[in-house]
Amino acid sequence: MFNSLTLTIESIGSVVVRRIESAGRLGTFLAQIVSRLWGHKFPLGETIKQLHFVGARTVPLILISGLFTGMVIALQFYDTLIRFGSVELLGAAVAMSLIRELGPVMAALMVIARVGSATCAEIGIMRNEQQFDALDCMAIDSYHYIMLPRLIAALIAVPLLTALFDVFGIGGGYIVGVLIHGVSEGAYLTGMADTIVWNDVLMGLIKSTLFGGVILWISLAKGFYLHIEQKNAGAEGVSQATTNAVVLSAVLMLFVDYIVSSLMI
Amino acid sequence: MTTTSPIITVKNLNSHYGERQILKNVNFCVQQGEIRVIMGGSGSGKSTLLNHLLALLVPTSGSINIDDVDVVNADAKTLSNLRQKMGVAFQGGALFSSMTVGENIKLPLKHHTQLDENTIDIMARLKLELMNLAGFEDLMPAELSGGMLKRAGLARAVIMDPKLLFFDEPSAGLDPVTSVELDELILKLRDAMNMTIVVVTHELESAFKIADKITVLFDGEIALTGTVDEIKNSDDIRIQNLINRRSRNEKINAEQYIKRLTTGQG
Repeated sequence: MFNSLTLTIESIGSVVVRRIESAGRLGTFLAQIVSRLWGHKFPLGETIKQLHFVGARTVPLILISGLFTGMVIALQFYDTLIRFGSVELLGAAVAMSLIRELGPVMAALMVIARVGSATCAEIGIMRNEQQFDALDCMAIDSYHYIMLPRLIAALIAVPLLTALFDVFGIGGGYIVGVLIHGVSEGAYLTGMADTIVWNDVLMGLIKSTLFGGVILWISLAKGFYLHIEQKNAGAEGVSQATTNAVVLSAVLMLFVDYIVSSLMI
Repeated sequence: MTTTSPIITVKNLNSHYGERQILKNVNFCVQQGEIRVIMGGSGSGKSTLLNHLLALLVPTSGSINIDDVDVVNADAKTLSNLRQKMGVAFQGGALFSSMTVGENIKLPLKHHTQLDENTIDIMARLKLELMNLAGFEDLMPAELSGGMLKRAGLARAVIMDPKLLFFDEPSAGLDPVTSVELDELILKLRDAMNMTIVVVTHELESAFKIADKITVLFDGEIALTGTVDEIKNSDDIRIQNLINRRSRNEKINAEQYIKRLTTGQG
């Protein structure tokens, strides 16, 4: 009885210690990347390459998901508003929910699915194939050469992708509200223009920038520390690290979402 | 060998992975211009020793001095300067899969020199010619065979004309012809550029062909450091087992064997 109690406490303690260690590693990792902003030549070429990967190549996914999200929320709002005879508020409702909340969150989820998972797997495989050891041996700083461009690319690309998501979402709402259900075009557009204020746009911008940072930070770190955090560093380790990166960045993204919303509302 | 001053000095090196001791009081010197082969069976600690020499691992105790730099206690800048004088060819090449072979090879030059693009291109082609890889610069690493990957990794390792070259398992997984070609390349590099070369391998034929001296490791300890003849004539039974490819023939303790099978312990 006493032995099993000791073992239980030991295993709980060991899990807690591992979590604290992991959080410490994540913090140190981010600090290392940020410190490369000073005293180093800005890695412009690599950043542009990563902007293409994080930004340009995610555009089709963002356009399609933005369009359908806008269509769905327009349909839901139309169904609700028509019961209260306030269908002219459709444009405002669609735009407000997209710009303040759904746009940043949905675009970030798309970025996690396409960029976060791929980045974690790529970095994990680089770790497995001794590519980080090779960089160290060539006296090339991996935080500066590999990590910083990816993080900066995400900070720039994710807000732009979110803006595209919003525009296509509003377009999707227009298709459902105006073209399919016959809501007045003037009411849809004017209601939206009258309701949305700078603070709403700012909230979306801050959220999407932070989400971009969180996604790449977690994805890069989980791949980079694959050899420390995964018992099996092979294919299974890469798969597990990628799953962890996707789950943790999604949860952390929603936590940041709540914090920013509570500070700005 | 042109000089006798040691370029690598390892003293009382001890290393652990967790509780397990991997290297036990390792001591040796490598002279400038020498080809030193570090040999040993699987799990003997040779890769760990290489990682310590490359400053990728921190030892539990002991010192490593390379080209008058205390590798264990060096700051980042000193280590970076030292590493620019060193080249490392990894077992699998460790080429960046998102870059072409040419881009991989040019990477150190782009980072550490102010040379213009044309000069860098010419230098990269020179090294590719040396490795019999001319015309392959636009291919991706995934399109190369195992031997080509190793040679491309070697081209990247020597692109800065390093003073010191480390080569991890040059012959592992290669056919005999490619393996011999790589051995000849190693000898050519030493003769042409007076490089000091440290090769980690368990391939006997290759070791005997290229080595000036061989350091044999067993269970993390140095069994012997000597010339090829000294190794061949050693009366250490473990070395004789290794070079004559004899099994260790460990006597089985019946009681322990049964315990291992039934309980997984012992």
